[in-house]
Amino acid sequence: MAAPVLAVKELSKRYGKQQALAGVDLAVEPGQLVGLLGPNGAGKSTLTKIACGLVRPSGGGVEVLGRPAGSPEARAALGYLAELFRFPGWCTADELLRLHQRLAGSAGGEAERRELLDLVELGAAADKRIEAMSKGMQQRLGVAQALVGSPRLLLLDEPTSALDPVGRRIVRELLEELRRRDVAVLLNSHLLSEVELICDHVAIIAGGRLIKAGTPVELAGPAAVEVETGSGVRTFEGATREDAPRIVAELVAAGERVYRVEVRHSSLEDVYLEAVGGQTG
Amino acid sequence: MSGSRLRSVATVIGLSIQEGLRKRVFLAVLVLTAGFLALYGLGAHFAFRDVDGFATGETEILDPRAFTGATIFGLAMFATLFLGAVLAVFLTLGVVRGDAESGLLQPIVVRPIGRTTMLIARFAGAAALSAAYVLIVYAAACAITAAAGDWTPDHLVTPALALALGVAIIAALSLLASTLLSVTAQGIVVFMVFGAGLTAGLLAQIGNAINSDSLHTIGRVASWALPFEGLYTASLHALISDTTGLTGVVLELGPFGGSEAAGPGLIAWAFVYLLGVLALAAFVFSRRDL
Repeated sequence: MAAPVLAVKELSKRYGKQQALAGVDLAVEPGQLVGLLGPNGAGKSTLTKIACGLVRPSGGGVEVLGRPAGSPEARAALGYLAELFRFPGWCTADELLRLHQRLAGSAGGEAERRELLDLVELGAAADKRIEAMSKGMQQRLGVAQALVGSPRLLLLDEPTSALDPVGRRIVRELLEELRRRDVAVLLNSHLLSEVELICDHVAIIAGGRLIKAGTPVELAGPAAVEVETGSGVRTFEGATREDAPRIVAELVAAGERVYRVEVRHSSLEDVYLEAVGGQTG
Repeated sequence: MSGSRLRSVATVIGLSIQEGLRKRVFLAVLVLTAGFLALYGLGAHFAFRDVDGFATGETEILDPRAFTGATIFGLAMFATLFLGAVLAVFLTLGVVRGDAESGLLQPIVVRPIGRTTMLIARFAGAAALSAAYVLIVYAAACAITAAAGDWTPDHLVTPALALALGVAIIAALSLLASTLLSVTAQGIVVFMVFGAGLTAGLLAQIGNAINSDSLHTIGRVASWALPFEGLYTASLHALISDTTGLTGVVLELGPFGGSEAAGPGLIAWAFVYLLGVLALAAFVFSRRDL
């Protein structure tokens, strides 16, 4: 397996008396889309900021493509969109991307800027001032800005929080396109359905600790077998797909007529709520 | 400095200039400065016209043109320093903490440019613009004074350069404050430091007039602790350093009292101080969580 694009090892961060992160391990492989979930204040943004070099860790470390987070080489390999961001209002979309091309040392020129604006469906707004854009447009522009210089790793902190359903779909399709281009993405989000839909891997953190990680299918394990019989719907909690034939056989043997059998998985929301124990920030 | 870093510095400086132009900051500064210079021109015209009416006997012992020219030009120097300081503070307002709190800073510093380079670029942009502004206003005031009363300072270039260095120091102090304080606190603190420096200079002037060693010492210490004040005082001194006789003595009793030559020690100290302030700002910035 290729070396991870992002390697988080025993990461801890303390703000005064508050422990924001307490020994988190996480890896993002090339082309992998990892969703980072957790209640407000769980440490998701802190982890992302440490990976960008914006915040210094108290312990452990983060490497981007084998380079320490915050080093010029690590910063050159990533694109970042903060949860709370602002761009100069007097700039146009095209000027902002041009500025970031210069800062990132990108030689993509106008073609790159046009492609990025088209990717986030802002091609027609290239000459529009940022202050005249809606929050959703600014957020999509932020995603385009993060993609300047073709980064190998994209760190997105709540990139769809201000987007309407159409804007969310645009970003979702963009993320799928990035996966095809082998770009690794760490996505902080509260939108569980979205994460479940597009992420290859999900990590749930709460109280600064990683409490659950795996693919959405692994996390949303079988929760029950539901059987519709002549006497009503019966649910066998904890039963798996392999249990279904036995359950049906036993019901038939007991004289029940079976009309429908369904192996029910728990949704990511169920997993999340169980993992964080109802915590909210 | 590598080519890419230089390019990044140029980009950030360009961004500051572009911002100033788009937000019409420079236009506002230009209009207000034109207003100040017009007012100064009017004042210089009437001041020189009135001293031309002095009796012949008076003019034999006191050169009224030198006295008037030095006095009003000293006032112009103060205004130039003040306007330059205002520009330096506003160009560096919220550069670190303010922009970090609003989310403007993060997208820039996650780029390979790095924090120190970003800080140096913001300083270079603010200091260069403020210094250029001071030099232009100084030259304009000088030309107005020469046209209105046919008087020019004893030294033309050194006071201008000292003032320019003074506003560069104010820009550096403001940048340091921006790494520690929120926007409002930064503005208040820097202007209070500016005021404290000038007040210390006035104390030294009073000390000189009443022959108080203690007040004079306070002024000297302030000049070294806040070298923009020392440079301003040295600039004032350079205006009249070759003026002798009763005119020189009378001028020493006025706004030029206590002014001293900068000397190589103060200039060298000003540069060391400037670099020290920038290094401290870079250190604080490098350790700040954003």
